[in-house]
Amino acid sequence: MVDLTIDGAPVRVPEGSTILDACTSLGIDTPTLCFLESLTPVNACRVCVVELESSRALVPACARRVEPAMVVTTDSPRVRHSRKMVLEFLASSVDLSTAPDARRYCDRYGADPGRYGAAPETVAQPVKIDNALYVRDYAKCILCYKCVEACGADAQNTFAIAVAGRGFDARISTEYDVPLPDSACVYCGNCIGVCPTGALMFASEHELRRRGEWNEARQTRTDTICSYCGVGCTLTLHVQENAIVKVTSPIENSVTGGHLCVKGRFGFEYVQNRPDDEGAPS
Amino acid sequence: MDLHFTSARASAAERAVIDAALRQVQDDAGGRPRSRRHLALPVLHAVQDNFGWISAGALNYAGERLAVAPADLYGVATFYKLLRTTESPLRIVHVCDDIACLSAGAQQVVAAMEGSGAAWERSPCLGQCDRAPATLVVEAGAQRNPPAAAAPPVIGGSNLRLLRRAGKIDPESLDEYRAHGGYAALRAAFTLGPQRIAGEVDASKLLGRGGAAFPTGRKMAAVAAEPSRPHYLICNADESEPGTFKDRVLLEQDPFAIVEAMTIAAYATGCEYAFIYIRGEYPLAAARVANAIARARAAGLLGDDVMGSGARLEIEVRRGAGAYICGEETALFNSIEGKRGEPRSKPPFPVQSGLFGKPTLVNNVETLANLPLIVLEGGAEFARIGTPGSTGTRLFCLSGAVAKPGLYEVPHGVTLGELIELAGGVPRGRRLQAVLLGGAAGTFVAPDALTMRLTFEDARAARATLGSGVVMLFDETADMVAILRRIAAFFRDESCGQCVPCRIGTVRQAEALRRRDFALVDEIGRAMRDASICGLGQTAANAIESARRNLNVW
Repeated sequence: MVDLTIDGAPVRVPEGSTILDACTSLGIDTPTLCFLESLTPVNACRVCVVELESSRALVPACARRVEPAMVVTTDSPRVRHSRKMVLEFLASSVDLSTAPDARRYCDRYGADPGRYGAAPETVAQPVKIDNALYVRDYAKCILCYKCVEACGADAQNTFAIAVAGRGFDARISTEYDVPLPDSACVYCGNCIGVCPTGALMFASEHELRRRGEWNEARQTRTDTICSYCGVGCTLTLHVQENAIVKVTSPIENSVTGGHLCVKGRFGFEYVQNRPDDEGAPS
Repeated sequence: MDLHFTSARASAAERAVIDAALRQVQDDAGGRPRSRRHLALPVLHAVQDNFGWISAGALNYAGERLAVAPADLYGVATFYKLLRTTESPLRIVHVCDDIACLSAGAQQVVAAMEGSGAAWERSPCLGQCDRAPATLVVEAGAQRNPPAAAAPPVIGGSNLRLLRRAGKIDPESLDEYRAHGGYAALRAAFTLGPQRIAGEVDASKLLGRGGAAFPTGRKMAAVAAEPSRPHYLICNADESEPGTFKDRVLLEQDPFAIVEAMTIAAYATGCEYAFIYIRGEYPLAAARVANAIARARAAGLLGDDVMGSGARLEIEVRRGAGAYICGEETALFNSIEGKRGEPRSKPPFPVQSGLFGKPTLVNNVETLANLPLIVLEGGAEFARIGTPGSTGTRLFCLSGAVAKPGLYEVPHGVTLGELIELAGGVPRGRRLQAVLLGGAAGTFVAPDALTMRLTFEDARAARATLGSGVVMLFDETADMVAILRRIAAFFRDESCGQCVPCRIGTVRQAEALRRRDFALVDEIGRAMRDASICGLGQTAANAIESARRNLNVW
């Protein structure tokens, strides 16, 4: 066990824990965007930074392992300033309209993305719709690397996408930006499952949103077991007006860890392929 | 690995070049096969060199041979500015419009290029500030010319040590190098043994010359003590800090000295494999170092039994491909490993887990160049030069509004004014307006700083930095606002894009500077310094903040 101090309170956590784990054990709500329990931390978004005594710069809570006698501050003016600026940088350059967590953090830290001039540079660009199953709207991408990790060695091992380019021009891309059907993509949808901003979205959800008919308040979520093979993946069916509009899997599920294959994720049409069905999205 | 490729196929010529490049790099590595991903950059370079760009078919074939997914390899290729993924002319002129060249007529060069019909593009600092305005012709194709030898550099100072051979001997001749004292230090090193070498380096109080000023002896001792094997040595020759050209001069004019110094460092720390990572814009330096390595190897000064000592060392040249960030040591590891040059989080530190996750000693070219002197004269004797806190001599790159731009070697402790006098002062009777110390990540000082002694401790006390030895002068006619904007643009262009504070902060800094919203510039600077992953973002506001503090610019 490792003893450290966070915001003046002593805390004891198992060796190998991160500062984020220790904060959580004290009930401190730390904002995160690029972090996910099931993926290797890339600590790229920097919204979780905390002040560590003896460290010149702030450190990412999500990736920094605890050490004995660390003294951590999570709500100092320096921490609040950096978190606020990071959120302003994102909100002033990325469309966060389908990113509830990021927007909640913006409110919490008083981020004012409007103060960056009349026409700050943004990542605005057309939506990519090149297949029937999901759309990629990179105007909403905060470049958290989660989709690349899920497509790669952290889950799917398909490696259809990577970060290409550099700096502000960096973006998620297939080789030479070829359409998904030409790429290595196997449509497992695990990239959608980990995307924190809605940049990657089921075609069904995208279409309902476009028509102004997406309504989470009127959706039910039903857990079931995928019937395609013997693995036994838990599926969560998101249903609106008696039609499945999205399929996810709980991240804490021991079988899936939140990940699925193309059949579990997208192979639900047969369930609602009824002659009298009028509610299903086309 | 089961990889999927698009239908794009490589031509027979592209396949031949890739196959040859793979054979070549494996031969250079002493024929020892290793996993292949780390060969990505040499293979992409070979395609770029031969065809002027990397086609989808060539990328697919390279991916097949390296067992790297094409999307992944595309991400690597598009990270580097000298690698092109769209069809491009075979000859492209790179025109430097960075800060030293901007004040020296880069705009006229740009105007001339615009009217010439030639293929050209703007470039960040090319490391030729001593002959500003600078251009670099990058040629591709089977008929490309070998790198041209430029005019000898202006070298100045008194009692030259690191530069004693530069410009005076044939840099391609091992015999001349030996006739001028070369390899005496390595012989002495083998007599001393690893532990006593480390002790002498410690006693010399040598601090790193790349910009961070870390005690070299401490780093060497830490790597030597690591039980995990193998250990790696990397000579960081990715010199890209605007205004810096000292390492280029050392590598071009005295390449055997760096090879010998690397051999000493490797022996002292138990490394049997070393890399020298040379920035892509330095083709002549890379060619001369490669020649030096080949000749040293042929003479038994590298290889399986160095100088009959039983020690082993192979040195491999790696060329960067246009990315300032790869001078950051952990980004450099990723670049050598065939990944995008994105910095890693520290800890773990390189001495524990560096290249390929192994203990790694990374030193700047100039830092290493001091080792032969320390071994020959002893650390205590070395430390008598300079000041107690800043031992030895230092290379300063003088450029801008100075009569004799060039590379000057002086003992630490000389004042800024004395150094500038050595280079002939400000020409044309003009008044000095500002001096940039340490490059784009450095500090602007006003003429009242001319009395400052050039030492680590004096610089620190003045909230300045010596950084990589940049001393760039601006006279009263310089448009400092334009210079600051160019610095902001430099960081915007060179951010790797990994972390939000730097990726977006450098863009917002440039925009806010244009709008003269200085309160916001300060706020952005604080966030970049506090929350960025690496030194690039953490220092991207330094020069601008120092100009606001020390110069009356606005």
